[in-house]
Amino acid sequence: MVKVLFFASYREALGLPEVAVTMPHNMSLAEFKQWLITENGDSWQAVLNAPNSVQAVNQTVADDDQPVVDGDEVAFFPPVTGG
Amino acid sequence: MAFEVRVQTADFDVSSELALLRQHSLQTGAVVNFVGTVRDVNHGQAVASMELEHYPGMTEKAISDIVSQAKQRWQLLAATVIHRVGLLQPGEQIVLVAVSSKHRGEAFQACEFIMDFLKTQAPFWKKEQTEQGAQWVDARESDGEAAKRWQ
Repeated sequence: MVKVLFFASYREALGLPEVAVTMPHNMSLAEFKQWLITENGDSWQAVLNAPNSVQAVNQTVADDDQPVVDGDEVAFFPPVTGG
Repeated sequence: MAFEVRVQTADFDVSSELALLRQHSLQTGAVVNFVGTVRDVNHGQAVASMELEHYPGMTEKAISDIVSQAKQRWQLLAATVIHRVGLLQPGEQIVLVAVSSKHRGEAFQACEFIMDFLKTQAPFWKKEQTEQGAQWVDARESDGEAAKRWQ
């Protein structure tokens, strides 16, 4: 199982803070996003393919090549605005 | 080096935090701090209140990584970073970055470095309540430029 988290405007757009998914096989983060979009439809496409989207695997910012394996925590969020 | 990172809803008292920071070492000759506060106007719009969201776990980790980088670049004796989350009103404190070192030059630079990277790398998001309704604050390009100065 992979825990998927959404924050800020992404959480609001999808109407959920987190979801647990079971991948059919291990994937890269790019493949994982595509798989989530195929499973969940257009609203997910808008969020996961947003131009400035930031993605993290196990609480570290990751790029599309990063492998996603069972037990991982994957997060998607807009550019940060703290401070 | 003693460093402390806290994410909390409660307000903080700057003088007691600075007193604690100084206590870490009698070699301390300089304490520099930055306090960020909520403005009542942003981009010409009146801000009634602000809600701050974060990513529990990753936020603390990201700030700790930034403080570790500062420690590698400058001879610091101690550092404290406190960032508030939840609902805040104009005038309230949002963030404290405080660092101590033997001499002021390193403390000034480290404080600015930590703040610049906190703004661009620590997962916090601001949502403002304005007369036009609630809106998420967009990331500023100038913050990205400020962080790039240190590369």
